[in-house]
Amino acid sequence: MKRALWIAFLLAPALLTMAVFVAWPMVSAFRYAFQSFNGLNATGFIGLRNFTEVLFEPPFSGWTMAAFWHNCIVFMGLMVAQNGLAYLIAFALLKTLPGHRVHQVIVFLPVVLSAIIVGFLWKLFLHPLFGLVNAALALVGVAPHSWLGDAHTALGSIIATNAWHWVGFPALIFLAGMQRIPRETLEAARLDGAGDLMLLRRIIWPLVAPSATIVFILTFIGSFNWFELPYVMAGSNGSPGGATDVLGLYFYRTAFGGVSSGLQDFGHGSALAVLMFVFIAVVSAVSLRYLRRREIEA
Amino acid sequence: MAAERGEGAKHALIQALLALNAVVMLYPLLVMVLSAFKTNAEIFASPFALPVSFDTANLARVWDETNFVRYLGNSALVTGSAVGLILVFGTMAAYALARYEFRGNALLFLFFLSGLMVPLKLAVIPLFIQLDALGLIDSRLGLVMVYVATGLPSAVFIMAGFLRTLPGELEQSARIDGASEARAMWSIMLPLARPAMVIAGIQNAVPIWNDFFFPLVFITTDRLKTLPQGLTVFMGEFNTDWGVLFAGLTLAALPITLVYVVLSRQFIAGMTQGAVK
Repeated sequence: MKRALWIAFLLAPALLTMAVFVAWPMVSAFRYAFQSFNGLNATGFIGLRNFTEVLFEPPFSGWTMAAFWHNCIVFMGLMVAQNGLAYLIAFALLKTLPGHRVHQVIVFLPVVLSAIIVGFLWKLFLHPLFGLVNAALALVGVAPHSWLGDAHTALGSIIATNAWHWVGFPALIFLAGMQRIPRETLEAARLDGAGDLMLLRRIIWPLVAPSATIVFILTFIGSFNWFELPYVMAGSNGSPGGATDVLGLYFYRTAFGGVSSGLQDFGHGSALAVLMFVFIAVVSAVSLRYLRRREIEA
Repeated sequence: MAAERGEGAKHALIQALLALNAVVMLYPLLVMVLSAFKTNAEIFASPFALPVSFDTANLARVWDETNFVRYLGNSALVTGSAVGLILVFGTMAAYALARYEFRGNALLFLFFLSGLMVPLKLAVIPLFIQLDALGLIDSRLGLVMVYVATGLPSAVFIMAGFLRTLPGELEQSARIDGASEARAMWSIMLPLARPAMVIAGIQNAVPIWNDFFFPLVFITTDRLKTLPQGLTVFMGEFNTDWGVLFAGLTLAALPITLVYVVLSRQFIAGMTQGAVK
């Protein structure tokens, strides 16, 4: 009896917090998606109407699809620019040349900074008239450009900023994966005459598959939850003209009011949140299964 | 001989690439710091030059004319309380799950684990309504409780994993010596768990310190705002005064950068470990 009380005492605070601030809100999130709202108050069950409206009825459907497509671009952009670069950096660090510890610390430094700091910093650097980026390009004779003001380059500029901010994270995950490969395996391949590129493609790449799986899944989740960097660099409307609008911004505007409308719509917001949650969970689970199988085969 | 020279050239190439990467990573931050000491005219006319003088006027203006100090204090208070509660609650729960056999143990562990998969950001609407009902909207305590909830799953996971590896003889001998369960936990087991606590603490402290989304939604009163949130206020106010803007960014980045430089090994382990598991 005394033991049971002791165990209950140990578990109670954590369980209570989780119940009130995670479990119950998660259950409510699904419930709310099927209700209409007046301000903060649910006013009645309306079936799937919130879902059908955000998915199929203009103008909502157009905003949802445009934002979703931008998230897809962000994911692909980060997979190539951020994670590709990270893989090369990891390989360079694997050699444990002099100074490799310092390089690890340096490449991870931006990761510990807030997206708000990084976003504002690069917004200043990308300024069309006074920014560092145009000043640097002018030195090599490139004409100034309004990186965040031009719909063609705005999203790409924010993706590049994200890559600068986060590249150290996948790099050190890849590095940890590479360091688990037994030295003998690498040396045996070298003795068989494998060059660096061959080594990177045929030996290291299959053997870091577990790390690649993690990086893939985390990049996917991060890309579809993308919010802070575009919020700071492009505003909650995804300027210019919605060219950088992503689901996170669209959800925030819908639920808590945009700059222009100020209208709160918890019904549509809840439906969007549930759709994002289900999409992220399903795609993550399916790709995790698929990627894990690839790991075993390799 | 030729092979060795090839190896040397390759190493030189890799070193050059790493050096280039270091410049790309560090130079923007260096410009940020140097620009904090410049006037607008200097920043615009000679963006790459060193400041004419290390004049602290911009930094002083951030310190004196804005709520920067208050934002900084709020961030420290919120992050400190949240991480403290995560470690206390998380270690307690993990200890129960890791050191005692009882019915429902596995199920409870699974409940905590499932919290790792849930992106709580997407439950922000019900959280908002929940906090409003509890009178915790626009309060630092509400923010702290949300962070505790987001941090508990990973803390329980890390702490339970570590506490399971400690040999049972330790607490047995304490019990034989007549120590209570609480005493065995407090003076025998917990001191051994300190390294795991550091990892769990850092893993939660960094995202909480840097978080912007939850304060944006929950906090509206200016004097309750956290540093990342306050930064958006400040960047709007001083929008044309670039020296002050860079000074604000520099001051905002300074605390965590200093801690990171001292504890880089623990930071890297703490932040990547959660992902690798």
